Amino acid sequence: MSGVIDIRGVEFSYPDGRKVLHGVDLEITAGERVAILGPNGAGKTTLALHLNGILQPHAGTITVCGIPVVGEHYREVRRMVGLVFQDTNDQLFMPTVREDVAFGPANLGLKGEALDRRVDAALEVVSGSELADRPPHHLSGGEKRRAALATVLSMEPEVLVFDEPTSGLDPAGRRELILTLADLPMTQLVITHDLPLALELCPRSVIMNRGRVVADVPTSDLLDSPDVLADNRLELPYGFDRSGDALSS
Amino acid sequence: MGAGHSHALYVHEHSVVHRMAPQAKLVAALGMVVSIAITPREAVWAFAIYAAVIVGLTGLSRIRPGFVAVRLLAVAPFVVFALFIPFIATGETTEILGITLSIDGLWGTWNILVKALLGASVSILLTATTEVADIIRGLSILRVPALFIAITTFMIRYLELISDELGRMRVAMTSRGYDPRWISQARPIASSAGALFVRSYERGERVHAAMLARGFTGDMPMPDTELANRPQWAGVLLLVGVFAGTAIIALVVL
Repeated sequence: MSGVIDIRGVEFSYPDGRKVLHGVDLEITAGERVAILGPNGAGKTTLALHLNGILQPHAGTITVCGIPVVGEHYREVRRMVGLVFQDTNDQLFMPTVREDVAFGPANLGLKGEALDRRVDAALEVVSGSELADRPPHHLSGGEKRRAALATVLSMEPEVLVFDEPTSGLDPAGRRELILTLADLPMTQLVITHDLPLALELCPRSVIMNRGRVVADVPTSDLLDSPDVLADNRLELPYGFDRSGDALSS
Repeated sequence: MGAGHSHALYVHEHSVVHRMAPQAKLVAALGMVVSIAITPREAVWAFAIYAAVIVGLTGLSRIRPGFVAVRLLAVAPFVVFALFIPFIATGETTEILGITLSIDGLWGTWNILVKALLGASVSILLTATTEVADIIRGLSILRVPALFIAITTFMIRYLELISDELGRMRVAMTSRGYDPRWISQARPIASSAGALFVRSYERGERVHAAMLARGFTGDMPMPDTELANRPQWAGVLLLVGVFAGTAIIALVVL
């Protein structure tokens, strides 16, 4: 069987003429956790927005679980691909967390008790049951991130795509998020600049630069390749020692 | 700015008024405000009845009268001009402290003041005892069009973010020595308003993308619609009955 996500020759330009994707090829198999790394402006977020049809490629094809990502399949594809946006304030737009988590499944036609069960289960996974009736703007950064994750988990997706999931989180919030993600069984794509996160969560790393995939390697190998990292404006934190998961002195 | 902007109106308490279903409170508030608005200005006794009921409700809601009084200052800019009416209105005049005032003008001032204050008190009580999310739910149960509800929901959700952004821009300007004193120095304010508009527009696009990503097809899902039970509607009937009855008697008598 081909991959859960199959991207072939995808090209895309924004309306202002800026070409962001120059023929991206990528295959992700079921259950994989893959880090998408690369400098700012490499096209990572643009690629993510293609995975459920928010943006449409000008050339090339994308399939998710064998289904082409085209107009007639958007509903199905959007159920299967959960996108967690970088700015949680974009993701959480309803008056309470509960209504926000219910938004996706309600669009899928769930109602009443079935909907409530879905919402409760999703909040449970992110340890966020107590957040249910709170308005999003009263949550901390970590709570917002967990609530945002619950809003896509409630759609029971096959694939989760995270855009900079640890940005703006304090170390404890980052740790909680990593533990949550590590427990989720779905295929995961994690767009990040956080190399230790990639090393911890994702056995495989894909590096994008200038709209192309320039490296597709095991994450642990990547960290031994200072040239590849430097070429793509990536860097490990100062003093990072991968053997001990701790900072060397 | 900062936290709680849209919730500054709400007072956390556990009163019988807080527990009422939001749709019941909305209907009651609307009935009360309409009654106040249609009552003839000469029916001073009717306004006394309204005021007494509102004071009673404030007590029942365990809201401090001081809270309502401070919130009432919000109507001040709208009623200030009413204070000038007795000086500029024509017709019969009377003299108070040696100043000639129009009697009709005095009634005009009274009319605006009493109705604005009583009407605003009702709204203050409603928002002090009902969370914003519940008010929206109540409107939806009362079959207010979904588009209106969606617009209101987003406005409330993002008003705070936008005001936060404005606050950060102001801090950034002040940090770099911007301290406007003259109108000629207003240019940065105008350009920051423009920047804020563009940022809000872009956020709108991102929020729309986030909605599409979760299967949005153009219809907002409706919130759960549990209906108010009988005792609540009995309370609403009683309140609206007292107000509407008073207004009707006042209209007939005068």
